[in-house]
Amino acid sequence: MPDVVISAAAQVLAHVPLLARHGSKPRRELPKDPNVAAAFAAALRPFSQALAYPANQAYINALHPRDLPARPWSDLAGATRWSRAGEIMPEEEFLGLLAAMDDFDLLTLSSDAAAQAAAALARHPLAKRLDLERVERAQGDVHAVASEAGALDVIADRAAFRCGQVGDEALSAHVLIDNLAAKATATLALLHLLESSGIDPASVDYVLGCGEEAIGDRYQRGGGNMAKAVAEAAGLSEASGADIKNFCAAPVPALVIAASLVSSGVFRRVAVVGGGCMAKLGMKFQGHLKAGMPILEDVLGGAAALVQADDGVSPRIRLDGVGRHKVSAGGSNPQVMEALAGVPRTRLGLAMTDVDDYATELHNPEVTEPQGSGNVPERNYRTIAALAARKGDIAKDQIPAFVAERGMPGFSPTQGHLASSLCYLPHAVDRLTTGGANRVMLIAKGSLFLGRVCQLSDGMSVLLERNGRLQ
Amino acid sequence: MLKDRLVIALGERDGISGLAIAACATAAGAQVAFVATECFV
Repeated sequence: MPDVVISAAAQVLAHVPLLARHGSKPRRELPKDPNVAAAFAAALRPFSQALAYPANQAYINALHPRDLPARPWSDLAGATRWSRAGEIMPEEEFLGLLAAMDDFDLLTLSSDAAAQAAAALARHPLAKRLDLERVERAQGDVHAVASEAGALDVIADRAAFRCGQVGDEALSAHVLIDNLAAKATATLALLHLLESSGIDPASVDYVLGCGEEAIGDRYQRGGGNMAKAVAEAAGLSEASGADIKNFCAAPVPALVIAASLVSSGVFRRVAVVGGGCMAKLGMKFQGHLKAGMPILEDVLGGAAALVQADDGVSPRIRLDGVGRHKVSAGGSNPQVMEALAGVPRTRLGLAMTDVDDYATELHNPEVTEPQGSGNVPERNYRTIAALAARKGDIAKDQIPAFVAERGMPGFSPTQGHLASSLCYLPHAVDRLTTGGANRVMLIAKGSLFLGRVCQLSDGMSVLLERNGRLQ
Repeated sequence: MLKDRLVIALGERDGISGLAIAACATAAGAQVAFVATECFV
């Protein structure tokens, strides 16, 4: 069985404060009270503030999460839009990116918005890979479009969005703009990956999508395929693709399946992509308003990773180091962590301390804590450290040090699949090549019960290792 | 303590699932009226 590596990873954010009111929670809550709507609007951040927000800089790999300053996080000096792994795109430009990805001419931009977006995208380093004519073609009468049946007034006077078919909930304007935003952010990440790695787009055989959007129509609501749409938009002419669905947990199964396809010789190169989740914009906004904080859920994430045969440099994916949350494993967090972090490591004869970094659910605690959802990564790291203590790999009083040294603060937007260890990939690639780590474990978990089909949750883990030829 | 009491079991994905709470409550003699597990992220 040939070794398989992750040869590149990219990550992007789109700062979208004016789209934030279309997130599921604001969309339900803001119309109920004009005072809340006004407070929400007043708490939106300008681009400069979102850019300098330390967690966002960690997301695009400009700094490692363990190098984040102490909280509360304030503007990071010297923050820039670009990093080796990607960028933070401003909203006026992102509207143009949406138009460039819009195969069905659903988005209409005002002449000002279209001109501004086209001019900005023309200066973008990836401009040659984008269909900028589409941005100009998106120009039209936004008021007329917004008044059409089923249309969405996206941004007053600047952007409107048609539905796919009046009366089909799966093709409503809200659903389709969510899907288009996911396509645009995933494609942007993949384009950055291609650009920075110098990989020939025609050398990618397959794309696996791990996002959580349901692509479909009224007869097959989630039956569609984001991955092939992203492959086309990114110019991967020889690729096809399919989506892996598992709520937040999907990225790790997607990576493992990608690695299996390469290892078995079915494909040479497989990209794993995940786009941002518009429905989760402003999800915890009530907590932020209560705490006098800005609306932190004002960004859409995007991620892409490339899996291929061993190149002698890149981190290896240990297919013999995969953990899975079996049906019989139960639902309590210690049992789940034993299945994910304990079993595969024991199988390989490794101690908990043989893994340098554990990447688990890395939701930004400044987003979750004000709304009472606690510090998700910290809770997971304590469970992993307790497991290490129970196994005798560390003493009980070493638990805080284990958490500090092998865990990290959460830094991801609360768009579950992105937070679920996927966001750590560019950091993992750095740490396992030029950095000081030898092993990184990715752990993803997903809440299957949210779909009301079963009461279970699920999860998967995989071990990444420094390439043996790098020693 | 829970014998013959009515219990609402609310669990959390990263903590203790609703089903586990319900099983404990039932074992302690309670009647479980409602059980749910939620995910807050």
